[in-house]
Amino acid sequence: MTKVWYRLTAIVLATGALSAHGIAAEVNVYTTREPGLFAPLAADFTARTGIKVNTVFVKDGLAERVAAEGAGSPADLLMTVDIGNLVELVDKGVTRPVTSPALAAAVPAHLRAADGAWYALSLRARLVWADKSLGLTSVSYDDLADPKWKGKVCIRSGQHPYNVALVAAMIAHVGEAKTEEWLTGLKANLAKKPGGGDRDVARDILGGLCQIGVGNSYYVGLMRSGKGGAEQKTWGEEVAVVLPTFTGGGTHVNASGAALAKHAPNAAEAEKLLEYLLSPEGQKIYAEQNFEYPVRADAAVDPIIAALGKLTPDTLPLAEIAKHRKAASLLVDKVGFDR
Amino acid sequence: MTAVLPDRAERVAAAPAAEHRGPGGFAWIGLCAALIAGAPIGALGILALQGNAAHWLHLATAVVPYALHETAVLLGGVTVFVVVVGTGTAWLVTAYAFPGRRMLEVALLLPLAFPAYVMAYAWIDLMHPIGPLQSGLRALLGIERPAELRLPDLRSLPGAVLVFGLALYPYVYVAARAAFLARMTTLTEAARTLGAGPGRVFGRVALPLAWPAIAAGTSLVLMETLNDVGAAEFLGVTTLTTTVYSTWVNRSDLAGAAQIALAMLAIVLALVLAERTARGARSFAVGGGAQRALPPRRVDGIAGLGLLALGALVVALGFGLPTGHLAWQAALRLAEGHGGATLLPAIGNTLLVAVLATVAAVLTGLVLVEGRRLHPGSRLHAAVLRVATSGYAVPGTVLAVGLLVVLGGFDRAARAVVEFAGGAPTGLLVSASIGAVVLAYVVRFVRLAATQVETGLERIPPTLDQSARSLGRTPAGVMSAIHLPLLRASLAGAALLVFVDCMKELPATLLLRPLNFDTLATLLYGEAARGTYEDGAIAALLIVAIGLVPVAVLVRLGRPPATLEARP
Repeated sequence: MTKVWYRLTAIVLATGALSAHGIAAEVNVYTTREPGLFAPLAADFTARTGIKVNTVFVKDGLAERVAAEGAGSPADLLMTVDIGNLVELVDKGVTRPVTSPALAAAVPAHLRAADGAWYALSLRARLVWADKSLGLTSVSYDDLADPKWKGKVCIRSGQHPYNVALVAAMIAHVGEAKTEEWLTGLKANLAKKPGGGDRDVARDILGGLCQIGVGNSYYVGLMRSGKGGAEQKTWGEEVAVVLPTFTGGGTHVNASGAALAKHAPNAAEAEKLLEYLLSPEGQKIYAEQNFEYPVRADAAVDPIIAALGKLTPDTLPLAEIAKHRKAASLLVDKVGFDR
Repeated sequence: MTAVLPDRAERVAAAPAAEHRGPGGFAWIGLCAALIAGAPIGALGILALQGNAAHWLHLATAVVPYALHETAVLLGGVTVFVVVVGTGTAWLVTAYAFPGRRMLEVALLLPLAFPAYVMAYAWIDLMHPIGPLQSGLRALLGIERPAELRLPDLRSLPGAVLVFGLALYPYVYVAARAAFLARMTTLTEAARTLGAGPGRVFGRVALPLAWPAIAAGTSLVLMETLNDVGAAEFLGVTTLTTTVYSTWVNRSDLAGAAQIALAMLAIVLALVLAERTARGARSFAVGGGAQRALPPRRVDGIAGLGLLALGALVVALGFGLPTGHLAWQAALRLAEGHGGATLLPAIGNTLLVAVLATVAAVLTGLVLVEGRRLHPGSRLHAAVLRVATSGYAVPGTVLAVGLLVVLGGFDRAARAVVEFAGGAPTGLLVSASIGAVVLAYVVRFVRLAATQVETGLERIPPTLDQSARSLGRTPAGVMSAIHLPLLRASLAGAALLVFVDCMKELPATLLLRPLNFDTLATLLYGEAARGTYEDGAIAALLIVAIGLVPVAVLVRLGRPPATLEARP
């Protein structure tokens, strides 16, 4: 019983100590990136620098939390998995720019804010998965609305951020009216109501519920690597994966990224962490852990992902796509995509 | 004997005088609770005012009609499911004695430990065309291709009814079982003496008496269903709450989301009021008579096994199969060396916040409900009860944001005061603390406790209170000497529901917790959010395992109620 009380006291004291910031060599990360994926990066960073990384995984409401905490916030580095959320942080005024020649050199210009307000850390592509027997080798996002796929397409909810970003990119390319037509066509092609997750698309294709579907690149890695078990390895290997492109553009990518918190008490450590995440070592862990595309041109892609084919990312700046997010979400409702 | 009379008369005369001394302890505690619970909702109101109404045109044309329809069908289906299954199973284990009944009594509570979205994931895994059940069926029938045998897809409205129903029927089971166990012995025996069979006893006596409890349990289920985002989205159901969610998350329109959430809250409160009014002044309390356990009807042999099988089927679908699947996934991951280090602190954290919040919520709920009961006709007590328990009706994420605003405001004010006084700038005091998480749980779940206490109190005849008051007992005295002993089972039920819900709670935990503070639910959700929920299978099983402890305690405490000791 006393042990329990020691534990409780320790927890309470530890929390108190954390909120009273100013302890040397620490960095506090608020992240929407799932803890399992960030933990290896944090551990490696601590091993290299001796700087302790404290994290909290916040799914939704990251911007609201940092804004509510105000000047007393312990947050140093804010990380998101979606470019829309990242830009939202900047728009809400809870970040401050970092200008560093090392960072600018590591990240291509279209994957960071011009003033250093945010940096992309890793990329994932929105791909088409298909029944192997179709022999599909190339496809464009426009093709998804082709009536020849009537009743054959699977996809998760149109309001999921992955799909909202894809629709936003389409708006950026062809405008809202054309996107609405496309989305209506895609909706008409669906084999069933949108639902489930990305991996369910692979399962549904194998189960004969549909013939093609849309899923993210890293799920292919997760499944084919066998990290999710032998069963999922089969799902991953039994579907064909094609890298689609926009007509006259490249493949749609979304980015995870980071920004420095406006009131960061440990700004220097946060910058070090940001530099580490964009270093060849950090980028390597990104690629290995979650099968994402690194943003550094000189960092290697995981072999499973590399085997999918050469990625030609869409050249539209991510910030431009993020601007159309709201319109995309409204459009998804308007065409009744999830009905 | 003669000496007692004047004494008693004196006390009766003195009792009303006490009422004029202004609000008592019950009222003050109630006011505080109402203030704390009302603050985040007030903050939402302010947020809502900051938005514009332009998006309502979009919502009214493109979203609301459909979302309203899906929500209504979902809620209707879930209501039928939980009333039938929850009441049926409660009647099964209280009215009949058959082999394995004691085990079944506990087992029927187990699905409570499942977060609805985990139940959804597990069932989709099991029922998918290439999942174990359909694959096995095809193998049995000699069918090769999945396309040649197509069972209905669970990712649909009926599938969602099934998943939510299986995850939530225990709320009704808990309430109905307590009602069946308590205080209907005399009436039931009278009915039996008059020759009524089990069916008639159930339909004419037990069911009407238990109805308020069943209705209360069902209203909790409906609010849980309405609150869910994860399972609904996964199963492809568009509810009003998923609408709030996409307005906020995809359109960065928190003001708009707050507007929809408040509109929903208004609808829910209107429904609750309508239910109250419909129930009206009907009193279900049974006066007088000793309270003894209702002797269940003995059923042996094949018929007894049949009853066991009926209950076991519900347990198998709501607990056995999904747990078996999770256990299998957990075993695979343990074999690969997953898990371990992060789990132990998460268990400690989970217990810490859940226990603190349970104690606080049950005490608060008790005081609120007793306040209204002991001050009949007092508008103040009725009002504080309503406000203080309204947190359950607001979508969890939105409530958490409201609380965030309130706590942040408090911290900013504290900071300003310290700086004004010349002190060094401080960090956060209450935001991002364990206290914030516990507070959020209490605001959110005090309704669960209040509902249990309310249905428990409804079966204690007000005449007992009146006698005690006229004998000079204070309201607090009536509560401690008369109500508490009789409420033991209800309080245990309240604690169980609150504890288990705290263990599963996500939105507030994710948004309000301090750095490096994981609970089992956040660990599990971390995996689910990246689409690898089965990697969280160990955490999910631990939630279930820890949930077993209060379940066992509840069943012990909930066994036929204590009798009021006659005082010499």
